[in-house]
Formats: sequence, C-alpha cells, structure tokens
Amino acid sequence: MHALTLPTPGHYDEMLLASGAVRPHYQAFAEWLHSQPPDSLARRRREADMLFHKVGITFAVYGDEAGAERLIPFDTIPRIIPAADWHVLEAGLRQRVQALNRFLHDIYHEHDIVRAGLIPAEQVFANSQYQPAMQGLDLPHNIYSHISGVDVVRHSDGQYFVLEDNLRVPSGVSYMLENRKMMMRLFPALFARYAVAPVEHYPTLLLDTLRHASLANNPTVAVLTPGPFNSAYFEHAFLAQQMGVELVEGQDLFVRDGFVYMRTTAGPRRLDVIYRRIDDAYLDPLAFRADSMLGVPGLLSVYRQGNVILANAIGTGVADDKSIYPYVPEMIRFYLGEEPILNNVPTWQCRKEDDLAYVLAHLPELVVKEVHGAGGYGMLVGPAASTREIAEFRERLVADPGNYIAQPTLALSSCPTFVEAGIAPRHIDLRPFVLSGREITMVAGGLTRVALKAGSLVVNSSQGGGTKDTWVLEAP
Amino acid sequence: MLSRTAAQLYWMSRYLERAENLVRMLDVAHTLSLLPQSRSAAAEWSAPLVVTGVLEDFTARGTPLTTGHLIDYMALDQANPASILGCLKAARENAHAVRGQITAEMWEAINTTWLEARERQQRGITSVSEFFDWVKERSHLFRGATYGTLQRNDAYCFIRLGTFIERADNTARMLDVRAKLIAPEHAESARDYYAWSALLRALSAFEAYHAAFRDTLEGRRVTELLVLRPDVPRSLRACCDEIRAILPQIETRGSDNDPGRTVKMLAEKLAIRLKYCNVDEVLQRGLHVFLSEFLDEAHRLGESIRTAYLETV
Repeated sequence: MHALTLPTPGHYDEMLLASGAVRPHYQAFAEWLHSQPPDSLARRRREADMLFHKVGITFAVYGDEAGAERLIPFDTIPRIIPAADWHVLEAGLRQRVQALNRFLHDIYHEHDIVRAGLIPAEQVFANSQYQPAMQGLDLPHNIYSHISGVDVVRHSDGQYFVLEDNLRVPSGVSYMLENRKMMMRLFPALFARYAVAPVEHYPTLLLDTLRHASLANNPTVAVLTPGPFNSAYFEHAFLAQQMGVELVEGQDLFVRDGFVYMRTTAGPRRLDVIYRRIDDAYLDPLAFRADSMLGVPGLLSVYRQGNVILANAIGTGVADDKSIYPYVPEMIRFYLGEEPILNNVPTWQCRKEDDLAYVLAHLPELVVKEVHGAGGYGMLVGPAASTREIAEFRERLVADPGNYIAQPTLALSSCPTFVEAGIAPRHIDLRPFVLSGREITMVAGGLTRVALKAGSLVVNSSQGGGTKDTWVLEAP
Repeated sequence: MLSRTAAQLYWMSRYLERAENLVRMLDVAHTLSLLPQSRSAAAEWSAPLVVTGVLEDFTARGTPLTTGHLIDYMALDQANPASILGCLKAARENAHAVRGQITAEMWEAINTTWLEARERQQRGITSVSEFFDWVKERSHLFRGATYGTLQRNDAYCFIRLGTFIERADNTARMLDVRAKLIAPEHAESARDYYAWSALLRALSAFEAYHAAFRDTLEGRRVTELLVLRPDVPRSLRACCDEIRAILPQIETRGSDNDPGRTVKMLAEKLAIRLKYCNVDEVLQRGLHVFLSEFLDEAHRLGESIRTAYLETV
C-alpha cells in the first residue's frame, strides 16, 4: 500500500477528491499503484534517473567535461487527462492560435484591430517586440507562429485557463517525447490498462509543418541553434536528429545573391526553411544586434525577399507579450467571430490608473508579473511573499506601472507526485505544442511541468520544477 | 555533410592518430636510449620535438634533453599543447562536438580515454612501456569501434581521411630521421641494425619485414618496405592508396561542381608516383630529398582537403 497525502483544500487535484476518493479516470492507475511493492517503485525511479542521465550523456554535447548537464527531475506518476477534457482543450487551442496568427498578420499589414479601437495603438507599435521590418511583408499562408507553446492551468473549480502564449521559441517538447519513452519502458503494464494517445509522431508533424511553411518545391529544412552552450541545445540536437535534418549554427550559413546557403562538403547547399531556436535580436548582425556572433549576416534581407522561411517568423513576440495577453479574447471575437473556448486569467493592467489602484490595494493576494518577463523571473507571488518583499515590490511597481500586470493567485491544480515523504500533491501546469501548417495540428497532451516544492506554484525548470508524462486518454 | 562537422570528425581522428604516432616516436627514442653506445642520440630524440614544433619551447625550459625528460614533456605535460595529453584532449573535444554523428561505442572509447589520461596525468607515469601500450590500445579500440559500428557514410570517410593523412606524414618523418643512415657517405656500423629494428618495431612492421624479405635488416629494404609496399599498413604507399580510395566515396552533387576535384587529382598523383616508383629511384634522388618532397605534397593535399571540404566559403 502507498499512502497518498490528501490534496490541499481549495485546490483541484487531478487524481483525488477532497475525501481521498479516486476520480474515475485514475481508478485503474490507483489499483495498479496499490499492487506494486514500494521498493519496486523506488527501483524504477532510480532506473529512470539512471536512464535519463545516460540519455543526457548520449545525446550530449551539453555542458562540460563529463557531459553532465543538470537534468530536469522526472516524476513517474502520469498526469492523466480524460478524452472529453482534451476535446475542449484542443478546440480552444486551435481557435486561440488561429486568432493569434491573424492578429500578427493584421498588425504587420492593415492594423484593422487597432483602427477598430480594440487595442490601443501604443500597446502594439511602441512594444519593444514589435518589428517594423515586418510591416507589409507577406508570408506564405499568412502563418507567423508555426510552433506555439500555450501554457494552460486549472483553477480550483477544475476549469482550464490559458496563462501564457509562447510564440517565440517555445521549448520543452523533447522532454514530452523522452518522458513518454521512459514511461513505456518502465511501466509497460500500465499502457495495457490505459488507451493513451500517442505523441511519438511529433517530429513528423513538425517536419510537415516546416516544409509546408515554404512555397519552394521539396524545401530543405535545418534547425538553427545558438550552439552547445545553450541550455536547450539537447532539444535542438534531438529535434534535428528526429526530423533527419541538419543542425546548423550561424557560422555554417552564409548569404549570397539573395539566398541562404549551408557550407557543406559537397559545396553550398540552399536552405529554404530555418527552424530557428535563436531570438530575433541575434538573427542577423546587420539588421539587429551588431555584436551577435550567433546569426547570419544578411539573413533579414533574404527573408524580406521571400527566399527563406523563418519559423517562427520575426516579430511574433508582440503577440505573446503579457501586455497584449489581456486582449486575446477580443482577438478571437474580432477575427473569428467566435466566443473564446478557453478563458484568459483575469488580468489587471497596471498602466491603467484604476487597475493599478486595485493592484496596490490587493498585493498580498495577487501575482504580479513584468510584461516582458519570462521563466518565472521578476515576479511577485503575493500570498507567498513576506511583508518586506511586498513593500519592495510595491516601490518598483509604483516607479514603472506600465511594466507590470497582475492576476489573481490561481489555485493551480495538483497531481500526486513522488516526494521524499511518499506521495503528495504538487502543483502542475500544461504546455501543449500547437503546430500551424497546412492545418493546425497538435499531438494529444503536451509537457506537464510540476513544482516540486510543497505549496509552490512556480513550475519553471529554472526555479526547481520537474516534469511528468502527460496521458490523454483515447475516447472510449 | 556540414563542413564544420566534417572538420571536427577529421581532426578528431587526426589527433588520435597523432597521439598514437607520438608514442611510436617516443618508443624509438626510448629503445635506443637503452643501448650502451648511444652517444649522439640527442639528435634522434629531438625528432618528436621538431615534428610537433615545440623544440624551442622545450629548449627554453633549460631541461637537459634526456629520454626521461622528453617522455615527461611529450606524454602528459599539461603545459605542452602538442603532448599526447593535448592530442587526446583535442580529439575528445572534437568528438564531443559531433556526438550525434558518431556511435555510442566510439564516443565512450574516446571519452574514457580522455578521463583515464587525466588520471594518469595525476598519478604520473610509472612504467614507460605500459603507458605506450595503453595509448596504442586506446587508439586501436577507437579505430575498431569505428570500423565495427559506424555507418559507411561521409562521417566514416572524413574520419578515415584524417587517419591516413596523419599517418603518412608521421611515417615519412620517422623514416626521415634515419635517412642519413642510408646516405652514400654513411659508414655502416653495427648500431645501424638497432636503429632500423627500433624503427620497424615502433611502426609495427618488424614481422612484415621478415615476411617480405626473409633477410637481414638493411636500410634499402626498410625504405622499400615503408615507402613502396602496398601491404604494410603504415607505409606511405598504403596510406596514399587508402586516401585515393576514400575520396571518391565522399558524396558530391554531380561531377561538374565537385569541390573535391583538386584533392582527388593531388591524391591520384601521390599514389601513382609511389606505385610506379622503385627503391633505386628513391635512393638515387636521396631518401631525405624524396621524403621532403613527399611531405610537401602531402601537406598540399591536406591543405586542399581543408579548402575543398572543411572550411568552405
């Protein structure tokens, strides 16, 4: 028998009701769990650690001497999503990403949404992520964000909310794939009890999406990485290998007569699509940061001539900015004429006087974030902060209110997780990866991140988060 | 294949081969130093220093040129980038960068070699011949792992290319050190026998010599063996034959725009010259002159590989 710590009151737990009763879709898992001798599970977890370490080293170029990069902790209890839930999520994600691509096309062309008065012009055009170089440029199929990572959380009533859209270079999909491989290897018996939707074909879908992004015949695709010292290098190498395309660095590419070429042993080879894992600012030292050694001089001019496709496009950051986020439901209504399927988290924009007044009066209950921040840095989690931390943050907020938004502290859902004291609830989120190509596709599920510290709501791996395998159940 | 990847594979195997060859060079010096009448040996011992271009650095240290100091300096001295330790480090760094292009067995072989080399560096060398054997074994292991596990693709080609370019260079230089023993003005002595046998043993060609000639050791025949014989794996001819055979296997996109045309032409010329040359012609030209010319041409071949495949515009 395994003792499961009951969920914290006021939080939705994926597996257990407040009484400790097991939700129907976790029933088979609970039975299986209780049939396992405790030491066998501990052994499997050690095996998982060992295997991940080996995979890390095997793939790896990463990091230093012994090839040991810090591994993101993996928890072996899956996060299970019933078919009906996923059905709604999938429709909502599709709708949202479609609207975001329409928005990007609009703000780099006619500016309809601004002229309609739905979004203030300065919020768009004065945004540091807005790229004037993109104005008037036509992209094939009007797709800007080919790969989107949309962070979804669940509130205490079990309702799903979109917390953040990541439209620049969202990462984490390699963990989704490795986690599934690991679970199938460690617990094959569980997969006999559950019809889990597969995720393994993601690299094929990604390659399809990238090839479709170009109008060229039989386009050549490559993954552009900043290099082995980047923390996501493992993922870059992994995806290139899985898709069977070259993994290139800036120094491997050059521009000649309006095209981008790879330097190869068989001579220059033209490149049609670049899945770039480098931020806008570093792409082309002639156009953006002149000190960048990571990019390719002249790349922007080739891009503007339409002779190479970048995925994602330049300038997508303006649409996933936290100051634009509150307007996404409006975008869905404006471009698609539909009601949003997935809710936004209610957001106070501190640049607005009334909102700021409310936020200042309720700091201890709110989460306050920088509008351009990412990775869980530079934010205040009111309920977890000391009086002094709140006072300090208040000063920063008052000094530059336009730089902040605030949201209610969401009671992120929890999922049973192996911790030192046994099995206890830990807070989780979900990042599905949405691909925009011929049509919008995604593999079922995504990456579940888990905050391993008791009570913590910050799931980012840079802040001590781990990951779980995500099981979307096939409809019966 | 990306030029950068090809360059990393090529240098990975060149550095590993170089580590092995340094051991072979030091082995000769070491063997000869054990002979009683080894007086003018210093010139011989300095060969590894000259070949790797660190003679000046060594001299500047003021350490006397003895085999002991030489081996310490050339084997595991961290301050000497041309040392065996330095080569193993460079080989491992290149392998690290192309981790996705080589097999797990190859990576483990090269990574373990580097980790053990560092341990040995901490411990110091207790037995010289044990250390030499270890380096050779590690090199054999890597080559065996490559041969036994790697797909026959461009990666395989560039790895092999690095091996034979480096090896040809090394055999020519090791033989060149002995060239004066076969010069017309040289008065033969009993010591010659040991010099030739040490060279043959260091190049693992002693058995081949006896199988080929069934006769006493003699400079002319050693020259024939190490320059012209196609069946001795470390001979110049064998290395050039390998290079010539590898080059057409590198993938091109049509013969019209094959960046490797110059490389192939140089490799053909080099191989054909060795194929149709005989030992009398070599000795008439003078072994030292012949080898210097060979080294120049091999250098030109290496440069053309660099510009055609590894550092393309």
